[in-house]
Amino acid sequence: MTVTETEALKQAEAADKQRQNGNANLLTGIPLAQKDIFTTLGVKTTCGSKMLDNFIAPYNATVIENFNQAGAVMLGKTNMDEFAMGSSNETSFYGAVKNPWDLERVPGGSSGGSAAAVAARLAPAATGTDTGGSIRQPAALCGITGIKPTYGRVSRWGMIAFASSLDQGGPMAQTAEDCALMLDVMAGFDSKDSTSMDRPVDDHTAKLNDNLKGLKIGLPKEYFGEGLDADVEQTVQDALNVYESLGAELVEISLPNSHLAVPVYYVVAPAECSSNLSRFDGVRYGYRCENPTDLTDLYTRSRGEGFGDEVKRRIMIGTYALSAGYYDAYYLKAQQIRRLISNDFTEAFEKVDVIMGPTAPTTAFKLGEKADDPVSMYLSDIYTIAVNLAGLPGMSIPAGQVNGMPVGLQLIGNYWAESRLLNIAHQYQQTTEWHRAIPTNFA
Amino acid sequence: MGEEVQKIADGLHAQLATKSKIFSAASTAYGAAPNTQACAIDLGMPGVLPVLNEKAVEMAARFGLAIEAPVAKRSVFARKNYFYPDLPKGYQISQFELPVVGVGHLDITLEDGSIKRVGVTRAHLEEDAGKSLHEDFDGMSGIDLNRAGTPLLEIVSEPDMRSAAEAVAYMKKIHALVRYLEICDGNMQEGSFRCDANVSVRPKGQDEFGTRAEIKNLNSFRFVEKAINFEVERQIDLLESGGKVVQETRLYDPDKGETRPMRSKEEANDYRYFPDPDLLPLEITEAFLKKVKAGLPELPDEKKQRFMDDYALNDYDAAVLTASRDLADYYEDVVKNIADDPKLAANWVMGELSAALNKENLDISESPVKADALGGLLSRIKDDTISGKIAKEVFEAMWQGEGDADAIIEKKGLKQITDTGAIEKIIDEIIEKNPQQLEQYRSGKDKLLGFFVGQVMKATQGKANPGQVNQLLKTKLK
Repeated sequence: MTVTETEALKQAEAADKQRQNGNANLLTGIPLAQKDIFTTLGVKTTCGSKMLDNFIAPYNATVIENFNQAGAVMLGKTNMDEFAMGSSNETSFYGAVKNPWDLERVPGGSSGGSAAAVAARLAPAATGTDTGGSIRQPAALCGITGIKPTYGRVSRWGMIAFASSLDQGGPMAQTAEDCALMLDVMAGFDSKDSTSMDRPVDDHTAKLNDNLKGLKIGLPKEYFGEGLDADVEQTVQDALNVYESLGAELVEISLPNSHLAVPVYYVVAPAECSSNLSRFDGVRYGYRCENPTDLTDLYTRSRGEGFGDEVKRRIMIGTYALSAGYYDAYYLKAQQIRRLISNDFTEAFEKVDVIMGPTAPTTAFKLGEKADDPVSMYLSDIYTIAVNLAGLPGMSIPAGQVNGMPVGLQLIGNYWAESRLLNIAHQYQQTTEWHRAIPTNFA
Repeated sequence: MGEEVQKIADGLHAQLATKSKIFSAASTAYGAAPNTQACAIDLGMPGVLPVLNEKAVEMAARFGLAIEAPVAKRSVFARKNYFYPDLPKGYQISQFELPVVGVGHLDITLEDGSIKRVGVTRAHLEEDAGKSLHEDFDGMSGIDLNRAGTPLLEIVSEPDMRSAAEAVAYMKKIHALVRYLEICDGNMQEGSFRCDANVSVRPKGQDEFGTRAEIKNLNSFRFVEKAINFEVERQIDLLESGGKVVQETRLYDPDKGETRPMRSKEEANDYRYFPDPDLLPLEITEAFLKKVKAGLPELPDEKKQRFMDDYALNDYDAAVLTASRDLADYYEDVVKNIADDPKLAANWVMGELSAALNKENLDISESPVKADALGGLLSRIKDDTISGKIAKEVFEAMWQGEGDADAIIEKKGLKQITDTGAIEKIIDEIIEKNPQQLEQYRSGKDKLLGFFVGQVMKATQGKANPGQVNQLLKTKLK
């Protein structure tokens, strides 16, 4: 989106000084790509939308601020689905990102730019945000590692809201170990975000090397059924066998309300977004239509011209779901089912330590393949969405390939179990090489 | 079902007297240059988040405790969605299903002296919007977001009021209460205390009340009364001529003395309330409430009772003197300065002082004669330095800023003559000059005593002690 060459050089110089002074930490001088959803002081933040094509925030997101404090170097801002609404990066006003493994295929979304940048080795690590799978699904499709922390672990201040009760920022990198280092910097209580949790932050690297003997891995039968590509399923099975060889035990479990996750999500997320995106009205900042004739014209044309189709679709769905006469049947019902979905996980974690399955039902699909079929697009997040509804931490790690395209293994942990997830992922990466695979054109 | 009956419910918005806004650290001070007291949060910039101001919660809790309403252990902030340029986020953060203060009540005194209990349905916290400025921008509108995010406590009453006067009595009571509690400065001109009135009428011979209309923009108690009376008449006329009252919001126009529709029914908003996911439910602990309770000041009704008990004031005097905390404090300061005569203090505060304040439209806090100064003056009445009548003259001079009571008495030579010899001398002179009246008095015309008193007072320019004059005259005239 935006390459911050001058700023990067300045930050690199500062990092060099920090190193000379002996004040460096592990991320000092490390170049990073930031998803263009995090506001950056003095650097354009578009959120993938025409609406914010000219927007320069007068404040840094807390995540950005944390990386600045650590001495990391920002290389630039990465492309994304418009306002993080999409699973293929095709809804970006600035055009689709291509998958480095096959330029005719999508990188996934919405953090597709970050995923592609890391996969193509343009940056060693990047930030993403995950509302329904937007870190894990592109990580899977691009063959990298990504973690969505527990809701409340990473501050949302300066992270432009899509669906506030689901949004969570997290790192994307080649390995679990790098993700752990990133998360050490990103995580923590922020008094500017009322939903951030005031609890101590783990040293996420401390337990990476713990062995997995006796680890109980839950396999939800609902995640291995209809709709899952057979080759992807086999790849996931192979990965699970690796875990068995590391001493883990596989346990079949059930998350009986899984089939309701997608419909619930497509009520809750649009409802929140319809309200969150009301501030983009052409009055104070961002896109404003030319020569408005009156207030209504200013609103309708600024928003009509400034937002893309997918954003408009979700605003309309959300507005409908919250309307008088429909609220109980849609929004309220969805919240009730959301609770049931959470309960499924709570019960499961009484029996197992971690839940595993595919991150996405298929490998990366072709650009344009699902662009006109929103429902089929929405189903590409079928295994990731429930995790956001429950507020749990989830990860995707590279676990193999099908026809040269990466497959992701999803790891779902209990609340605040980021360190455990990273440990489980790291142990797999100590015995496998999938995370080291580089797309041919970028090797 | 003889007469038409009217039913009124009041909605009040009290701007809470916090230093910073309800969800941001920006200042709430009134009167700054447009848009200089609005931070990124108040402007609704992308990615910003609200953080609740604890002071606002404490103030809401104070109010709840004062009206004996339950303060919710758990209440929820909700978004009220609508588009308007002075509403930066496109939604107002308010409370909807679960307000911070539940059902309470308040007693008002009616004109005939009887007490009426008015129900308070709820009170909830919300943020104010900014201001749209429609003048001075040549066909455009200016937006000032200084007020955006200012904390408000919306206080909703039950439809218990049966006349404009009752509605005003209720509003005044709340107005006094929020100032007692120091949670709102009550300034109606600056919009710190705003009233809406919901009015409906029950026509003659019917059981049910009709549709209600809401009147907004009432920024003085006088307007509240006028607007309600106008609206009641309008609804009765409408119903009598076969028309129908529509549920709508009406604005009061003080220049024309009438109400007129604000928005038409077609544009009625569906606010799509839902819990704000950026804010956790507000949880109030017992410990917090206990702390708030301990910090509660004496409330108006308690103070009134104490004034009756401690100062032996009658119900009316006690009510007037406790109508505002400032007035009550002033009164008590005066009493402190003149031991043992709370009634004298009451007469002066409610009499001379109130008249002078009213005449110049001043608040008690703006009085040029401070409580200790008035106390000083009344002490001179008590110790017979001056008479009550002379005291009025001294008060006038004090009001004009001519100094304290003693200085004025000294300067103007107003000290009462209490020297018996001096008074006797004057009496003798007057008796001598009026032989005819003396004769008539002695032949039984007692009323002429007044004539002689008057003459003595005149001769002493009112400085003689009237009691003493009376006493001496009676002896001399025998």
